[in-house]
Amino acid sequence: MPDRIILVTALQGAGWHPAAWRVAGPAALRLTSLRHWRDVVVEQDRLGVDAVTIEDSFTAGPTDPAGDLDTRTVVGHLDALLVANAVAPATRAVGLVPTVSVTHTEPFHVATGLQTLDHVSLGRAGWRIQVSPTAREAALFGRRPGGDDVSALFAEAREVAEVVSRLWDSWDDDAIIRDVTTGRFIDRDRIHNAAFVGEYVSVHGASIVPRSPQGRPPVFSLAHRSDAAAFAVDTADVVLVTPGFDGREERELLTEIRALEQAAGSDVRHPVLADLAVLIGSSPAAAADELAALDAAAGTPYAGVADTSVLATTVPELVSRIGALRDIGFAGVRLRPLRIPVDSTAIARQLVPALVTAGLRADVASRPTADLRTRLGLAPAVSRYASVSGSAPVEVSA
Amino acid sequence: MSTKRQVHLAAHFPGVNNTTLWGDDRAESQIAFSSFEHFARNAERGSFDYLFLAEGLRLREQKGRIHDLDVVGRPNTLAVLAALAGVTSHIGLVGTLQTTFNEPLELAKQLATLDHLTDGRAGWNVVTSSDAFHGANFRRGGFLDHADRYTRAAEFIELSRELWDSWQSDAVVAGATVGGLATGPFADRSRIRDVDHHGPQFDVTGTFPVPRSPQGHPVVVQAGDSDEGRDLAARHAEVIFSLHTEFDDAQAYYRDITARLERVGRSKDELHILPGATFTVGDTPADAEERSRAIRRAQVSPATAIAFLEQVWNRDLSSYDVDGPLPEVDPDYEGAAITRGRARHTRDVPALVQSWRDLAEAEHLSIRDLVIRASTRGGFVGTPEHIAAEIDRYVQERATDGFVVVPHTNPYGLDEFVDRVVPLLQERGVYRESYDEGATLRETLGLPGTITERQAVSA
Repeated sequence: MPDRIILVTALQGAGWHPAAWRVAGPAALRLTSLRHWRDVVVEQDRLGVDAVTIEDSFTAGPTDPAGDLDTRTVVGHLDALLVANAVAPATRAVGLVPTVSVTHTEPFHVATGLQTLDHVSLGRAGWRIQVSPTAREAALFGRRPGGDDVSALFAEAREVAEVVSRLWDSWDDDAIIRDVTTGRFIDRDRIHNAAFVGEYVSVHGASIVPRSPQGRPPVFSLAHRSDAAAFAVDTADVVLVTPGFDGREERELLTEIRALEQAAGSDVRHPVLADLAVLIGSSPAAAADELAALDAAAGTPYAGVADTSVLATTVPELVSRIGALRDIGFAGVRLRPLRIPVDSTAIARQLVPALVTAGLRADVASRPTADLRTRLGLAPAVSRYASVSGSAPVEVSA
Repeated sequence: MSTKRQVHLAAHFPGVNNTTLWGDDRAESQIAFSSFEHFARNAERGSFDYLFLAEGLRLREQKGRIHDLDVVGRPNTLAVLAALAGVTSHIGLVGTLQTTFNEPLELAKQLATLDHLTDGRAGWNVVTSSDAFHGANFRRGGFLDHADRYTRAAEFIELSRELWDSWQSDAVVAGATVGGLATGPFADRSRIRDVDHHGPQFDVTGTFPVPRSPQGHPVVVQAGDSDEGRDLAARHAEVIFSLHTEFDDAQAYYRDITARLERVGRSKDELHILPGATFTVGDTPADAEERSRAIRRAQVSPATAIAFLEQVWNRDLSSYDVDGPLPEVDPDYEGAAITRGRARHTRDVPALVQSWRDLAEAEHLSIRDLVIRASTRGGFVGTPEHIAAEIDRYVQERATDGFVVVPHTNPYGLDEFVDRVVPLLQERGVYRESYDEGATLRETLGLPGTITERQAVSA
């Protein structure tokens, strides 16, 4: 039986609930260790989750009402791209999707860092693209005043996404020839400059990294508001939506994405995943009690501050919720475990087998090894230069 | 127990220049992670202090096209070092990272992350550049005046140290557990200092996003050889990756750096000098010489010989026969450089060209023979016993503190050195038998605590 839904786990600190670290025990002191990340990701990998996303930010953490760093929750974290690279050799099948911001980071570094992750993981890299809109982030760089107009940030992000895509395509699959007779290591006609000149960014040359196994790792984008949704449809391969945020329901969110696709004149139907924050208990009552305890410890209900639905739920409830999402056209879910490792373990050890039993997922053992694009049902990334190899130069529009 | 000075060794991953023999039968992919993994595990088997990886920000060009005769293409430095953190346990991981095309907050965050992921084995080779050629791949282009390269690098390092020092090592407290639910704050806010830096190059305000890493600061390496580069190293570096491999020259350089350190109130014990060098091992001296000749000839293919000459002549020489004499035409001293994307160390080109003409005439050398002779530098050739004795002599007589070993092939080029030379250094009592368990890179190198910690103590 094929996989009928995509299952992604969203990793962040000790979990998504601000008080999650309070139940993590000694692990709360190890959140910046390789051991912690390897334990968590390897479990998702072995038990058949399709991919993990890894959150990131330039700030140390959220602020309290007075505007200072809120140390009642986890503060400080590692760079997501480097964590993904570090856990790659210990994993075999799971997709590794770090968050990499485009607002302050050089597009060239974004492109080569993710290509390297794709090489290291043998084709399991993905990119959660994100903008860094806050003045706090801008002040850490001191290069721009901050408080940029959001439309300008998305316009810049579109340019970066285009440049990164061009850099990813800049080496043909067969650019390395190692021709001892002529002494040529590469065929330089098979390497193409990005030659991108934009309003915000310009990159002239080709990538320093040869084409990676997937060519272009899949791009994930969160569409939690309408400008972000339009951006996601135009630049991403996988769209994440947040049911319950801003009073919007699942069906409405999906309809919006399909309408944006149509408006863009595209016949591509993006896989759309619903983001759900989950606490998984042994019974509905137990789950509700555990969430209430966390909310009490945090001093405020998480559901009031989260940007998606917060579910205190059980494995059977979650299976039927996911089945219902599939029935209305969702490709799958990205689950944000409220507690790591408690809920991430429940996803891997209990939810995955229950989804198999429900006929929504293939058995792990019978699943063939595949790159991340294949696991997500995306077509292979054909280079923009592929069709013209050996003929006239292609024109690429910005 | 020996009281002899100890040798420190770094392993240079084979680079994108003609030292690396990509046509060798055992040469493998320069980009596949399996190559990096083999190389790193092998260096760790040889108890090397650290693995060293250079950085690429643009493909090299000659005559306006990508240079295609050497290895082309490499991974993102930080990303592949992070992956190596996952497959090694003891060896230091040091990468070259630009101060010109990075921002301090982001690079300091990534280096602190690498130090966490390696449990304290990270290092940073600080390099500067200002050229518009590399700048064309970055937002700001070639924004930096050449004269500002070192002032930016110095402020970048100082600001990075400020960021790394902003979290005290005990800032994360993750309160005591009472009845299954920890109380109190996750971190002690009074142990996290906000940074408020305003200098000529950078304005950075806010809280650094990464808790203090095991080493506090990654080990800082510097490779500049100019007067400003040496001063920068004397002030900020803990290791110098030097060019000086001839014994007398190396000793002079060692004395020069020692004097510069004293001028800024540091001791030579706080900084190691490790020149990059190749090592060609043979069963007999004659065998080693023969292998060296074969390697040099393979490194200088006919096309590479012409390309090398073109870099100096600054003209198209593609019509010349490599087995014939040097071009009679003089170099183009006025035109824009035809080679871009690599550092040149030659300053007096007319004198260099005259010395080559004299040598070629005296010994009847063809273009290719001349290039082989002229481009040979810094290599040790001999039996394992000879090489071990030479390394020992250089270190005991204070010409160096060890070497950065630059192999000829990827990824097996270091294997023979590990198998045949390392045991002899150990027998001489000048090289570790194994790593100290849990040692940080700084501890493996035998260097004192970070500069900031020392300043804090003496203040």
